Amino acid sequence: MKTFNRVFTVIVFLFLYIPMIVLAVASFNTGTDIAVWKGFTFAQYGALFKDGALLPLLLNSVIVAVISSLAATVLGTMAALGIRAMSPRMRSATMAVTNIPMTNPEIVTGVSLALLFAFVGQMLKINGIMGFATLLIAHITFNLPYVILSVMPKLGQMDPNLRDAALDLGCTPVQAFFKVIIHEILPGIISGAMMAFTMSLDDFVISYFVYGPNFVTLPVEIYNYTKKPLQPKIYALFTLLFLVILVMMVLMNLLQARDEARQRNARGVFGVRKGAKA
Amino acid sequence: MKRFCSLLIAALLIAALLPAPEARAADQVINVYNWGQYISDGTDDYIDVNAAFEEETGIHVNYMTFDSNESLYTKLKTGGSVYDVIVPSDYMVGRMIDEGMLLPLNFDNIPNFEYVDDEFKYMQHDPENLYSIPYTGGTVGVIYNSLYVDEEDIGSWDLLWNPKYAGKILMFDNPRDAFAIPQAMLGYSLNTTDEDELRASAYKLIEQKPLVQAYVMDQIYDKLEREEAWIAPYYVGDYIQMHWENEDLAFYYPEEGFNRFVDCMCIPTCATNKEGAEAYINFLLRPDVCGENMDWVGYTAPETAAREYLSLDEDEMALAYPPEEITSRGQAFAHLGAETTQLMDSLWLEVKTEGDVDYVPIIGIAVTAALVGGYLLWRGQRTRRRKASRCRKWKTA
Amino acid sequence: MESKRLASPYLVWMAIFTVVPLGIVVWYAFTDSTGAFTLGNISRMGTYWPIFLKSIWLAILSSFICLLIGYPVAYTIAGASPKGQRLLYMLVMLPMCMSFLLRTLAWVALLDDTGIINNLIRSLGLKPLPLIRNDAAVVLGMVYNYLPYMIMPLYTVLLKIDRRLTEAAEDLGCRPGEVFTRVTLPLSVPGIISGFTMVFVPAVSTFYISQKMGSSGTTLIGDVIESQFKAAYNPNLGAALSLALMVLVLACVAIMNRFSDGEEVATI
Repeated sequence: MKTFNRVFTVIVFLFLYIPMIVLAVASFNTGTDIAVWKGFTFAQYGALFKDGALLPLLLNSVIVAVISSLAATVLGTMAALGIRAMSPRMRSATMAVTNIPMTNPEIVTGVSLALLFAFVGQMLKINGIMGFATLLIAHITFNLPYVILSVMPKLGQMDPNLRDAALDLGCTPVQAFFKVIIHEILPGIISGAMMAFTMSLDDFVISYFVYGPNFVTLPVEIYNYTKKPLQPKIYALFTLLFLVILVMMVLMNLLQARDEARQRNARGVFGVRKGAKA
Repeated sequence: MKRFCSLLIAALLIAALLPAPEARAADQVINVYNWGQYISDGTDDYIDVNAAFEEETGIHVNYMTFDSNESLYTKLKTGGSVYDVIVPSDYMVGRMIDEGMLLPLNFDNIPNFEYVDDEFKYMQHDPENLYSIPYTGGTVGVIYNSLYVDEEDIGSWDLLWNPKYAGKILMFDNPRDAFAIPQAMLGYSLNTTDEDELRASAYKLIEQKPLVQAYVMDQIYDKLEREEAWIAPYYVGDYIQMHWENEDLAFYYPEEGFNRFVDCMCIPTCATNKEGAEAYINFLLRPDVCGENMDWVGYTAPETAAREYLSLDEDEMALAYPPEEITSRGQAFAHLGAETTQLMDSLWLEVKTEGDVDYVPIIGIAVTAALVGGYLLWRGQRTRRRKASRCRKWKTA
Repeated sequence: MESKRLASPYLVWMAIFTVVPLGIVVWYAFTDSTGAFTLGNISRMGTYWPIFLKSIWLAILSSFICLLIGYPVAYTIAGASPKGQRLLYMLVMLPMCMSFLLRTLAWVALLDDTGIINNLIRSLGLKPLPLIRNDAAVVLGMVYNYLPYMIMPLYTVLLKIDRRLTEAAEDLGCRPGEVFTRVTLPLSVPGIISGFTMVFVPAVSTFYISQKMGSSGTTLIGDVIESQFKAAYNPNLGAALSLALMVLVLACVAIMNRFSDGEEVATI
């Protein structure tokens, strides 16, 4: 059974990675046809950097992802604290609203926001309302639930007496948050922020409905590219992104491993600490 | 964890320091919305039209593409986006004028209009020539791969209905171009507003559907060049581009008649830089720019003065500038009015969504529903039983 | 309590950007192009039932296949050493960060009639296979794209299962198969439901995968909605379809949640 599971897992990972390998190989192909290998070249990478049309869009994507995930993290953490203090009925109503963007199909979220923005644009007579602002708003909106849903469980695990103790010891509520609570829920905040960042960076469906001509993100432009004769430089971009993300993930992994090792050493003094998993 | 936060903040700072693409907005910008593969962009050492314009005027061109008149119309109607120059086809120009979506042009800013040939002025879609200036002309025909398609099968639109090539046929992904084909086959006018004729055309498209590999627009390039598909109706200039990539592709004008079109440069009402837009239109009309641009695009230049800059070979010239006996068989599209357009849109949706009733999903969902319902019922009863037995135990205790 | 107010910016935000837009969708669904009230859009839904059924069926099928494939994988990851877990989890996450459009396109390149696999088959002197432009290809595309969404919640849940419970079951005389069906599987139900939802919702509403991998007859509900907002300008019909899709998804999610016996559904 165990060997079966292992072999099966390897096959599934192959299944997940073969298309990406195809794209990476295609980025070194001299021919434009992805299915026919003509010869090895770095020309696509040269074309990618010379062209200068795609890389600024990658920057656009990163800008939207960073700002929207940060905003969502702040807003979402505040909200999670607030929701905990609510009466049960109020809380379940709020959680129901929180779940809307999570369970709603992305296309419906995109369409509904597009209709809202177009409506507001008409009301305020702003012709070019679609752009950076609308993208940012849309991204914050779908990022918020990820932050809240990963902070809430950590708040639940936290000893409620901690906050009271901090307050009794003379902390203001704000101090209590920054000196005590935040340390308890930080893993939740970070995983929420990372989730939001990832979701936002690669979001296509919602962005597709709310982007404007003056601010286009990379996934949207990739979609536009797929509607035209494909230019192989897009494979080069894919391969570079793959490497960057791979390196980032490996680094995070190593850092995590080190943190965990350090915590294991620290346990000798403080005993077993709960919920210290990042 | 703190390290992660500082990483994030550092990334943000870097992002803020880097000049955002909008920083160039200090200069003038125009948003141009054109068809895909419809401007010479510097590939294969042809002219890079937008770069040349930027260099000459200092106005930055923010260039975007659409793939059908209908998607252009939808984008403008949805609102929220600014475009300064758009390139709709004749019938769409008529519709947009009708619905007040275009701004009248200031011809003082477009002196190069004088180069435009008379046959491209005061056309039926814009009789007073207030809103539109021709960009290109062209025709629709059938592109096929001569390796796979027998010579005796070609000549008519029938080829697209030939079961021999099932799964290898591509079709237009927009209602107007798609409907024109059955209309020509059935002998109707390409501008018919008769409901029965439109329904008959839609029926013919539904009949063709099982043979169609995909409804696509510019993806036709890849599919034909890679020989994934063998037959497609498309625009002649694009055929010339495809022929450069795959020598086996060939083109013919169907005998039943076909569409001849003119794509025009217009300024929509949402434009914010009308003068920049007019400068751009004027630049594109300059004979040398127009000629070198059309040399790559492969369509008819609307001005004779541009032809001396072309380097197309004889066959290609014959396609880009077809002789009288061919042009006389072509028919231009006219705007059909709101009602007929709406009818055609909904018939087109019918064509796209039509399919034989498939029993697999019905059975599959029924079985799933039965399993789910059965399980939930069984579990409900089990809990009830358990509760009851617990109650009994409690009572007896 | 002053900290309750901390949620108010969030509540205002969600009201403006989640509740109001849905209200606008409803408004569009019940009006025509002139803005007058009509039931015409809703009544047109009836003609699209085969498309709805097909979308739901393909989504159920791909969620189920994801579960079948994802469970053993999640089980293996959860059983690995901490180091191995981190590595494998990263490998599951990684594809989610890459453009799904291009990854789907890579499948097209693999499966096309003149694609990589068929070129290989042809070079062996065999007849090429019809691998693409059928429902199976669409399901493959969905499974490929959304499999990580199934593995992640399953892994989270399996990791939390107390080893002492399975050990206790073994000590009490359960065979390994029984330990799995009577302890592990019931305890992982929240993860299964969460994963099922996370695969089903995007799969039922997809428009890109069906466009690229499906035949000319594979029109899913997402395709129709997209076309109404992007190609044929009919936001009213599009809104009505969106509304129907939303109600349908909510109903399906509600049914799925009944499985979890009111336990909190696991989140990733």
